[in-house]
Amino acid sequence: MIEVQHLTKRYGRVTAVDDVSFRVERGEILGFLGPNGAGKTTTMRILTGYMPATDGKAIVAGFDVFDQPIEAKRRTGYLPETPPLYPDMSVLEYLEFVAKIKGVPSNERSSRIKQVMQRTRIDDMAGRQCAKLSKGYRQRVGLAQAILHNPDVLILDEPTAGLDPKQIIETRELIKELAGDHTIILSTHILPEVSQTCQRVVIINKGRVVAVDTPDNLTARLRGSETLYVQVDAGGADAAGVLGHIPGVTRVVESERRNGMVGYEVDSETGRDVRRDLARSVVSNGWGLLELRPMRMSLEEIFLSLTTDETAAASKEDTVPEEVPHA
Amino acid sequence: MRNILAIASKELKSYFSSPIGWILLGFWSLLYGYFFVAILNFFVRQSMQMSQFGQAGPQAMNLNQQLLRPLVAQNLPILILFLLPAVTMRTYSEERRSGTIELLLTSPLSDFQIIMGKFLGAMSLYTVMLGVTLIHIGVLVGYGGRPEWKPIVTVYLGLLLLGGCFISVGLFISSLTKNQIVAFVATFATFLMLWVITWIGSFSGPTVDRLTQYLSIIGHFDDFGKGVLDTTHLIYYISFITFGLFLTAKSVDSERWRG
Repeated sequence: MIEVQHLTKRYGRVTAVDDVSFRVERGEILGFLGPNGAGKTTTMRILTGYMPATDGKAIVAGFDVFDQPIEAKRRTGYLPETPPLYPDMSVLEYLEFVAKIKGVPSNERSSRIKQVMQRTRIDDMAGRQCAKLSKGYRQRVGLAQAILHNPDVLILDEPTAGLDPKQIIETRELIKELAGDHTIILSTHILPEVSQTCQRVVIINKGRVVAVDTPDNLTARLRGSETLYVQVDAGGADAAGVLGHIPGVTRVVESERRNGMVGYEVDSETGRDVRRDLARSVVSNGWGLLELRPMRMSLEEIFLSLTTDETAAASKEDTVPEEVPHA
Repeated sequence: MRNILAIASKELKSYFSSPIGWILLGFWSLLYGYFFVAILNFFVRQSMQMSQFGQAGPQAMNLNQQLLRPLVAQNLPILILFLLPAVTMRTYSEERRSGTIELLLTSPLSDFQIIMGKFLGAMSLYTVMLGVTLIHIGVLVGYGGRPEWKPIVTVYLGLLLLGGCFISVGLFISSLTKNQIVAFVATFATFLMLWVITWIGSFSGPTVDRLTQYLSIIGHFDDFGKGVLDTTHLIYYISFITFGLFLTAKSVDSERWRG
C-alpha cells in the first residue's frame, strides 16, 4: 500500500532524510519511531505530497506522490503535528470546507461529516469555534479531517502529543479501530505507544532507518544473548561458581545482595534455554530458589541502544539488511 | 472550478468571521463617504456661484467631469492604495503561521486552484467594497443627478483591474512571509513605488520617462477615468495580474522545495 524507496531529502547541506526505504502492507499500522529531529515529520511530509524528495521514490496507494500527486493525495489522510484548523471557523464549517476540497461528493457530504464526528466523538462540539477548542478536541477534529474522505492511507504525525492519559488511550483505541479499513503510519517518540498500537516499527535516527521489525522481534533480537535473573538463598555458599559451570551459561554477574539472598544476572548462549538446569542445580544444592525470570530489554533500552552513536552502527548491520534489502 | 470556488468562498467568509473584513469595510465606507460629501459640497458651491453669475444652474456643470471623476477616478485609487494591502496581507501568511497550509497542500488541489481561489476570494471582498461606492452614485441619481453611465462603467472596470494588480502583488508578498505586518508594509511600499515611479522619469531623459510612464500602475488608469477604453491599458493590467499570480505560484512552489 505504501512503498518508500531510497528516499532522501536535503535542506541545503543538511540531510534530513537519508536513503530511507520501507513498505507498509494494506491494513497494517506502522510505527515511526525516533527522537525529535530524526526525520519523521520530513518523511511524512514527503509521503503526503507536502514537499518533494531530493531523491528516491514514494508510492502511496499505487500512485507516485511526485508524478501523480492529486491521485495520491485523494487517497491519503494526513494529520500534521499541529492540527491544521482555521481558528475562525466552527467545527462544522471547517469539516464542510475540508469535505469540499477533499472531493467528497456533495450528496454524501453531510452524512459523511456526521459519521466522522460521531466516530471521533466531536459531535457535541459542532458549533464551537475551532480557536476555542481544548487541545484534545483539536487533535480529534484534526483526526476527523484526516479520515473525512475515507482515504486508503492515513498518516498521523504524533497523534497523541499533548493529550492527557485518558485521551491518549481513547486516541489509540480509535487508531486501532481505523486500522481495519485504512493503512496507517503513525510517528511518535513515545515507546509504549508503539508496542501497544503498531504491528511493525521503523526506527529512524538522524535521517537513517536503524531497524525495521515487529515490536516483539525487536525486543527479542536485540537481546543479543539471553539473560536471566536468578535470586537464591545460598546461605553464604559460592553460588556464582556453581551456576557458572552449568552448560550453556556464559557469564554470571552478581547484581545484588541483601540479608543472605543474592541476585545474579546469568547470560547464556542465544537460543539455549538454561532455566531448567539452573533451577535443578540450585535445588540440588539445597539452596532456596527465590526468583527466576528472563530479563528482557525494554523498547526504551533498544531504542537508546539503536539511537546512541556507538551502538547504532553495530546494531544496524545485523538488523537492517534482513528486513530492508536496499538500506 | 469547484475547488476554486470552495477556496474563494472560504476566503471571503474568513474576512467576515474575523474583525478584519468589517474594519476594512467600515473605514472604507467612512472615508469614501467623507470624500463624497467634501467633493459634493465643493460642486454645489461652484454651481451656486455659477448660477449667481447668471448661468443655467447645476445642469450646466458636467456631473461626470466635475463630481464623479475627482471622486471615483482620483480619490478612490488613493483609498485602494492604503486599504488593499490589508486585504491580502493575511491570505498566505496566516495559513503558513497557523499550519493550515499543510491542509491545503496535502489536499487533492493543484497550486493553480489554491492561488485562483485566494485571488477570487480577495477580489470578491474588493468587489463588495466597490459595491458600497455605487450606493453614493445611486443617491446622486435618486436626487435627480443625470450622469453619463458609460464613463462610470469604464472607470469601475479600471478600478477592478487596478485592484486586481494590487491583489496579485499582495498575494505574492503574503506568500513570502509568515508575518502579516511584514506582508502589509511590504505590499504598501511596493504599491507606492509602482505609483510614484513616474517621478524618476520626469527628471531623467525621455527614454526613461517613457519607460516609467509605461510601468506606472496609475498612469494607465487615467484613460479609464475619462471613459476611454484602450487595449494598451487592458493588456498592461491583465499581464500585470498574470505576472503577479505567476510569481505567487513560483513562490509557493519554491517554498515546497525549501521546506
